[in-house]
Amino acid sequence: MQVSFVLLFLAAIGTLAFVFARHRAIASVDGDARRLHSLPTYYGLNGLIVSLVPALALLIGWMLLQPLFLERAIRGDLSRAALREGTTMSLVVSDVRRVADGLESGLLAQDFTASDFAEATPAEVGAMLMQGGTALGAPLTQPVLDAAKDYRATSRTLRWIMGIAVLAVAVIGAAIAIHRSEGTFRARNVVEKGVLALLMASASIAILTTLGIVMSMLFETANFFSQYPFTRFFFNATWQPSFSGRGGASELGILPLLWGTLYISFIALIVAVPIGLFSAIYLSEYAGRAFRSVAKPAIEILAGIPTIVYGLFALITVGPLLRDAIASPLGLGNSASSVMTAGLVMGIMLIPFVSSLSDDIINAVPQAMRDGSLGLGATKSETIRQVIVPAALPGIVGAILLAASRAIGETMIVVLGAGAAARLDLNPFEAMTTVTVKIVSQLTGDTDFNSPETLVAFALGLTLFVITLGLNVLALFIVRKYREQYE
Amino acid sequence: MNDMRHMERAVRVDTTKIAARDVQVFYGDTHAIKNVSVDIPDKTVTAFIGPSGCGKSTFLRCLNRMNDTISTARVEGHIEIDGEDIYDRRVDPVQLRAKVGMVFQKPNPFPKSIYDNVAYGPRIHGLARDRADLDGIVEKALRRAALWEEVKDRLSAAGTGLSGGQQQRLCIARAVATSPEILLMDEPCSALDPIATDQVENLIHELRENYSVVIVTHSMSQASRVSQKTAYFHLGELVEYGETGQIFTNPQDMRTENYITGRIG
Repeated sequence: MQVSFVLLFLAAIGTLAFVFARHRAIASVDGDARRLHSLPTYYGLNGLIVSLVPALALLIGWMLLQPLFLERAIRGDLSRAALREGTTMSLVVSDVRRVADGLESGLLAQDFTASDFAEATPAEVGAMLMQGGTALGAPLTQPVLDAAKDYRATSRTLRWIMGIAVLAVAVIGAAIAIHRSEGTFRARNVVEKGVLALLMASASIAILTTLGIVMSMLFETANFFSQYPFTRFFFNATWQPSFSGRGGASELGILPLLWGTLYISFIALIVAVPIGLFSAIYLSEYAGRAFRSVAKPAIEILAGIPTIVYGLFALITVGPLLRDAIASPLGLGNSASSVMTAGLVMGIMLIPFVSSLSDDIINAVPQAMRDGSLGLGATKSETIRQVIVPAALPGIVGAILLAASRAIGETMIVVLGAGAAARLDLNPFEAMTTVTVKIVSQLTGDTDFNSPETLVAFALGLTLFVITLGLNVLALFIVRKYREQYE
Repeated sequence: MNDMRHMERAVRVDTTKIAARDVQVFYGDTHAIKNVSVDIPDKTVTAFIGPSGCGKSTFLRCLNRMNDTISTARVEGHIEIDGEDIYDRRVDPVQLRAKVGMVFQKPNPFPKSIYDNVAYGPRIHGLARDRADLDGIVEKALRRAALWEEVKDRLSAAGTGLSGGQQQRLCIARAVATSPEILLMDEPCSALDPIATDQVENLIHELRENYSVVIVTHSMSQASRVSQKTAYFHLGELVEYGETGQIFTNPQDMRTENYITGRIG
C-alpha cells in the first residue's frame, strides 16, 4: 500500500474521530454545551490526537526500520557465491536495491508487466531496466536478480502489513477517544498536554539534529585520524594533498588554512566592527525617525545579498583595484586575489550583522540612562561613550562574536577573493585560502571516500565547528555575565 | 511635629531664583502647558502637585531644558534663572543642566560603580583638580545624600546592586556632586517604599539649606511634609500657587480644593 494512501486514510479517520468525539460529548449532556468540562472543540481535538498520534508514530518508526530489516534479509539471501571478484557486500546490496526499485518504477510507468520479468533472463531484465532509466554498475547476475525479486516481494508485503497496522491503530485510537468523550472527561487538559508534547518535540528535533551532525563528523574524523597522524594534522605547516592518481604522500597540515581563515576574518572584523558600530550609534541616537526608517532596511539589504555575489564583486572589482592601486605600486605582490580583497568584501558583508544587532541593543538601553546623563550636563556623545555603550557592551560583544563566526564559516567570498593557495604569509596582498575552501576542494571531483585526502575534510569541518562553537559559547557567556538587569 | 514645620514655613525668603513668564509647551499639536507664570524662591522647597497628565513634569523639564531632547517638544515664553534667560541662544543647555540638577522618578544609576556614578558629573565638567580632590567631592556628595555610611566600604561595587532607596539617594548624590544651584526632582519617591521615602524626604529637608529644590509629587501628604511653597497644576494651567500651608488649609480655587480633598484626580 502506498504511503500517500495511508496518509489519506489517516486524515479521513482523524476527521471522523474529531466529528464523532465532539458530537458524542455534546450528546452526553443533552446538547447543553455549558455542562461539558471543556469546550466541544477540545473533545474533537482529543479524538484527532488520540487517533492520529500513535498511528503516525508507528508509521514513521516502521518506515525507518523497514529498510534495515530488508537489508539484513538480503544479506542472508545472497550467499558468498554471488560475490564476484572486486566487489563488496555493500555494493551488491545496493545493486539489489537499485534493481528492485527499477522494477517497481517500471511497473508503475507501465513499461512492462510483472509477467514480463518473471521468467526473463538477467540480461533481458537488465535491458528492460536500462530502458526505464536505471543504470547498473555491473551486468546483472542471476543471484542478484533473484534477490531483487525477493526484495521487491517482501517490501510489498511489508508495506501492506504496515498500512493495515497503522490504520488499525488509528481506528482503535479513534474508538477509545470517542468512547471517552463524555461530559466529565477533561479533554481540555489532554489537548494541553498534546500541545506541550508537540512543542517539546520541535525543540528536541533541532537539538538532536545538531547532535547528529556532530556525531557523523566525529566518526569520520576518527576514521581520518586512524589513517593520518594527529600531530601532523595540527602542527604541520604545509598543505599539499596529493590525490592517489599522482602518487606520493600527502601533507595535510591545518596551520596554513587556519592562518588564512583567521587572517581574513580579522581583516573583515577590522572593517565591519567600527563601521557597523558607528552606523548603529548614528541610527539609534542621532538619526531622525524618517531617515532611520529608510537607512535601517537599506543596511539590512546587505545581509540579504548572496555571498557568491559578494565573491563576484571581490573578483571583478575590488581585487584588481587593490592590486593596481596599492599592491603593485608598493611592490607587495601582483595577485588580484588576496587576503585583503576577501577581508574587505567580507567586512562589508558583516556590517549589517554588527550594526543591526548593536542598534537593537543600544535601543534597549533604557531612556532613563540617557536622561540621567543628560540631566547631569553631559553632552550627547559623552552620554553615548560613557553610559550607553558601556551599558550595551555585552550585547555588542555578542554581536561581534556572531559576526566573527560568520566570517570564519564564509566560503564563497574567499574562493573568489582570496584564491585557493594554502600559504603561511604576513603580506595581506598575497593569495591565501581558508579551511572552508579546502573542505570544498577536497570533496569535489572524483573522490574516493576512504582516503585521508578526502576524510581530512571532516577533520577540517570539525575543527571549524569547534572554533565557531567556542566563539558562540564565549559570546553567550559574556552576554549573560555582564548583562545589566533593567526592569 | 506639624507645628514645627509650619513654623519653618513662616521663614520668609525673598530672593527669586527662577522666574517663569507665560510659558507654553507644545508636544507636536498638543498644548501641554498653557501660560504658566511662576516665581520660585531660593533656598526653598517648592512642590508641584496635580492630577496625572496636568503638565507638572513637563514644566519641571522646562527648567533645565530637558525638553530639548524630545524632538517634537516646543517651548515658548521666558524662563529666567538668576535673571538670565535660559532659553537665550547664548545659553548652552549642557552647562545649564550642570547648574540645574535633576533626579528622576525611577532611580537610574548608571551601570558603573558607586564611585563612578557620583564622579560622573565632576569628571565631565572637570570639577576636580586631582584624584584626591575627586575623592573628596564624591565623599561630600554621598554624605550629603545620607548614603556615605552605607556604601563607604564598597565604593567600587555596582551602583545597580543597591536597594531602591539607596539607588535613589545615589542618584541624588550624583546630582549634588556637580554642585548645582537648583535641584529638580520628578516624583523621586514614587518607586520607593515608605522607609526609603522617609529617608529621601529628610534629605530634601536638608538640601533646602543649600539649594532651591523643586519637587513634583503625586502624594499630597508628601507635598505638605516637605515643601514651603506649593503650585497646583490642572490641565496644563497653573491654577494656584502659594504658601504650602495656605494651599492645603485654605485653597482659593475650587479646583484646588476638589483635588486636595480627594474629589478629583
